[in-house]
Amino acid sequence: MAGHQRNDIPSSEITDESVYFNRRTFMRAGIVAATALATGLIYRKVNHISTGGAAPRNLADLLPTTAPATSPSANGDDNGFRTNERLTPFDSITHYNNFYEFSLDKESVAEVAENFKTRPWTVSVEGLVSNPMKFDLDDLLKLAPIEERVYRMRCVEAWSMVIPWAGYSLSKLLEKVQPLSSAKYVAFESVVDPKQMPNQRSRVLDWPYVEGLRMDEAMHPLAILATGLYGKQLPPQDGAPIRLVTPWKYGFKGAKSIVKIKLVEEQPPSTWNLENPREYGFYANVNPEVDHPRWSQATERRIGEGKRETLMFNGYADQVAHLYAGMDLRANY
Amino acid sequence: MKDWEFAKFVVLVNGAVPLALLAWDQSQGHLGANPVNFAIHTTGMMALIFLVLSLAVTPVRLFTGWNWLSHFRRMLGVYAFVYAAIHLSLYFGFDRSLNLQSLIDDVIKRPFILFGMIALLVMVPLTITSTNGMIKRLGSARWKQLHRLTYVAGVSAVIHYYMFGKITSAIQISFVAVLIVLLGYRVLIQIPGFDFLRKSRKPVVAR
Repeated sequence: MAGHQRNDIPSSEITDESVYFNRRTFMRAGIVAATALATGLIYRKVNHISTGGAAPRNLADLLPTTAPATSPSANGDDNGFRTNERLTPFDSITHYNNFYEFSLDKESVAEVAENFKTRPWTVSVEGLVSNPMKFDLDDLLKLAPIEERVYRMRCVEAWSMVIPWAGYSLSKLLEKVQPLSSAKYVAFESVVDPKQMPNQRSRVLDWPYVEGLRMDEAMHPLAILATGLYGKQLPPQDGAPIRLVTPWKYGFKGAKSIVKIKLVEEQPPSTWNLENPREYGFYANVNPEVDHPRWSQATERRIGEGKRETLMFNGYADQVAHLYAGMDLRANY
Repeated sequence: MKDWEFAKFVVLVNGAVPLALLAWDQSQGHLGANPVNFAIHTTGMMALIFLVLSLAVTPVRLFTGWNWLSHFRRMLGVYAFVYAAIHLSLYFGFDRSLNLQSLIDDVIKRPFILFGMIALLVMVPLTITSTNGMIKRLGSARWKQLHRLTYVAGVSAVIHYYMFGKITSAIQISFVAVLIVLLGYRVLIQIPGFDFLRKSRKPVVAR
């Protein structure tokens, strides 16, 4: 009210009403812009999708020239070695990873694992074998010809990919150490390196990550030790330098960054089974008829494509179903 | 525009920022290898954040005496519903392929989906009655009573999130902890002797 104002300010010095409101509007616009920018930055920081991660070296650079980069029998559809389905892009395979040692966020693993050192690296093969051996990574790469295996990969979380792995059958390694007849199972152990793997400093899971296969599963030609994908050295986020791939089982069976393989008599422990035995069994064979207690396994989302039906043994029934003849797959999930 | 109206406008703009960025990233193909799951997860997380923020308004207001906070309560709640509705639509459209039967089956079979659905359905009447006109029409006492359902939505939504995923993450535990603190506070201040936890006594109904 003008009547209440003191009259010692000359009217010429009173800010013109329109200027006052313009300034106010201007300031308010600034506040809106600044807060929106801050919110946007926080969103980006908390919810970002990483596209980083060092490009891996070509596998060929690391291999002896005698080893063929691809399988000589590329038509081998009957053995399940190469599916003809569309390959999942390299970028998706390397930026959507379940590798809890690095991060629980699939999109962040590549970034956190970027500088993971895989040399020097030793894999000890021991237990019930007549010839226990410690392999240097270079020995492992030369142990058998590297073949390309194009496998479907079905995650227990109901998504899937088609991945051109490079590696060789696990049986090739096991033959070198000559398992004893008392060896009934193969136990795998992943590396423990809390300095490089931040989540190993907390007890997200019980470290080291351990997995296991029955002897006949381990000797099956589809079970491979992978050292590369897309013709390149295995990127850290995918389990470098060497990992297990069992395409008829859920992805978590494929222990990554393996340092120890032990042949044993009793069924070995496996990490997810220890974590939640009701939800994750030892066998973990892909099975559309046996649901996860909290979600359906009947369908899957093929990364980069869409929903599709999940196949028994992930489409490898012709090759592996005989391993489980007579077994109750509901009880042995 | 009064200052509090402007403050509400600031909240309105900021609440839309994550949605705008999500849409922009989608248009640029930057939602990663599994865009559907990323968008479902992001919208669900935003719904949960806004729901917890709306539940936090009154305890924080009573504790600090900042009564102006209540201006934001309804808007935060409506945003929770908006994000939850998008969350459900994405799940229904892309995960259930618009198949109503498969949605119903999933709700019946999976407790974590059921809890999410409860949270969303409870928010429907709350969102419809969130306008000034509806407050007048219902009368503030009845409106207040109806909007106590927010607790049901909050608890269901947090359970829904807690049950999701292969392992329980620190963020999941944090949401449970925050919810316990917010609801616990309301119980606590009813107990004689704990009155010191309360700076404001003003019963704000709705604004």
